[in-house]
Amino acid sequence: MANSISVNLISGRTIQQGVAIESGKEKPSYRTACGIIEMDPSDLKKLGAWKSTNVKVTSDYGSVVVKAVEATQGPHPGVAFIPMGPWANSVINPNTYSTGMPTFKGTPVKIEVAINEPVLLGIELVQKNCGVIVG
Amino acid sequence: MTKTITDVICPFCGTLCDDVEVVVSDDGKKLLEVANACVIGTEKFLHSQEPDRVTRPRLRQEDGSWKTVSYEEAADYTAKMLAKAKKPLMYGWSSTNCEAQSIGNEIAEIAKSCCDNTAAVCHGTTLIAVQDIGLPSCTLGEIKNRADRVIFWGCNPAHAHPRHMSRYSIFPRGFFTGKGQMSRKMVVVDPRCTDTAKMADVHLQIQQGHDYELLDALRVALKGEWLPDSVAGIPAEKIREVADIMKSGRFGIIFFGMGVTQSLSKNHNIDAAIALTKDLNEHTKFSIMPMRGHYNVTGSGEVFAWQFGFPYSVDLTRGFARYNPGDSSSVDLLTRGEVDAMFTIGSDPGAHFPISAVKGIAKVDSVCIDPHMTPTSGVSKLHVPVAFNGVECGGNCYRMDNVPIDCRKVVEPPEGMLTDQEFLTMVLDRLKKLKGVA
Ligand code: SF4
Repeated sequence: MANSISVNLISGRTIQQGVAIESGKEKPSYRTACGIIEMDPSDLKKLGAWKSTNVKVTSDYGSVVVKAVEATQGPHPGVAFIPMGPWANSVINPNTYSTGMPTFKGTPVKIEVAINEPVLLGIELVQKNCGVIVG
Repeated sequence: MTKTITDVICPFCGTLCDDVEVVVSDDGKKLLEVANACVIGTEKFLHSQEPDRVTRPRLRQEDGSWKTVSYEEAADYTAKMLAKAKKPLMYGWSSTNCEAQSIGNEIAEIAKSCCDNTAAVCHGTTLIAVQDIGLPSCTLGEIKNRADRVIFWGCNPAHAHPRHMSRYSIFPRGFFTGKGQMSRKMVVVDPRCTDTAKMADVHLQIQQGHDYELLDALRVALKGEWLPDSVAGIPAEKIREVADIMKSGRFGIIFFGMGVTQSLSKNHNIDAAIALTKDLNEHTKFSIMPMRGHYNVTGSGEVFAWQFGFPYSVDLTRGFARYNPGDSSSVDLLTRGEVDAMFTIGSDPGAHFPISAVKGIAKVDSVCIDPHMTPTSGVSKLHVPVAFNGVECGGNCYRMDNVPIDCRKVVEPPEGMLTDQEFLTMVLDRLKKLKGVA
């Protein structure tokens, strides 16, 4: 058991993400679909986290709190997956290396347990990160 | 009484299914049921009926609250913003029709703006590779009728294009593929054991980010040359087995997705995939096709290319079209803080750009044209809700294989709501007056 583990983060589409973006990104269902990190059972064990625990994911480019869930399309030890959306995009590598395309797949991240920190709603997360005042 | 409308086009993903059926109320104002579409498509049609939909433009006030404004005021704001800006960025276009895209291009030319579509964060690197070495491709109909070798490389249609396999690539019984799935061999290359990979005859669970090596190793195997014991985590015997599967078919297709376009090496991965396709044509017939995401991102590339000469990331600030991804691309422009006004339509960069780029949107004057509330509308100064294209208005769209298909209107938008095309025309008229263009 460790306080934190390092994994390789990728993001991408899931069918739940597709349904959630069409049913409304202001809704909690968007957070349920995309405010998660899919981890291999062996990595969850290494971290000493139960399924459905909130964790903080940190990269060189930022950090975000998401809920850790067991990989639905595993096994993939050493690789973690956050569905595409504002949660993933808070930590992925934005460098395009002169291609225009950020490096959405393959960002080294650190994961630590953060039981007491909340997972924000999608729009709320982006507004907070950008310092937008909302009335 | 209700009416059933058949042969409706689903405006969600690049598969652009054209066999959807919807049931509407007698007066054509309510959409009641959807048949044949997948869960995502169904949700897209039904969400248009939500009672809590925003139906009028909203302008953000000093205290952060929204004030409802008329479409006229919204068009004034947008035209003034574009007229004043030195380097506006007009981004999105992939969830609207080609007619609206074309009006948008006229606006962009007058406003001397940078224009980009969602290829910027999806198949932009594919477009670069295609410009490098070309693309031997075909239509989805040919695949349905002929393909007996189907490779999904770094894509997961079970989740991203849910009916792709049942309509075109794996299950249908075509002219030369009479036994459906039994007539085809399916290979999936993915670092995860995805739901698509679970269906495959062979799954190559590649080490993430090592696609270039594996593509090259397959080219080596095709030539029968020496290979190291393992490449990208895949044993040499397995690579030779897949090379044999590929070259023993009568007609093969490589579909590829974000797994190759968004990993390091980017456009070079696609160069290698296209080169592999070329090599395979020495043994049999092989094609390659990008799995385009938004239902009309392909159309946006077509309209840009037809009107400006380049498919995305076009910079018109000097009065003529320049194209230089890395310089003229949205994520780079925003991250470098070069943009002084942001116009978004038919996409959600707030959710799908890296946060460092989204911050660039929040800092400047901005307009978001979108039927939904999104992270982009959440950081924009003006939100203009419009009719759902493909549901509440028709228009031309391009499927992922570049086949144009006309979307259909199936239900009326809420009273008084405008379509993308109508709102853009209002902006264009105003901008012409402001800039003194006839
Ligand atoms: S596969 Fe794509 S186009 Fe077809 S119904 Fe589903 S979302 Fe719509």
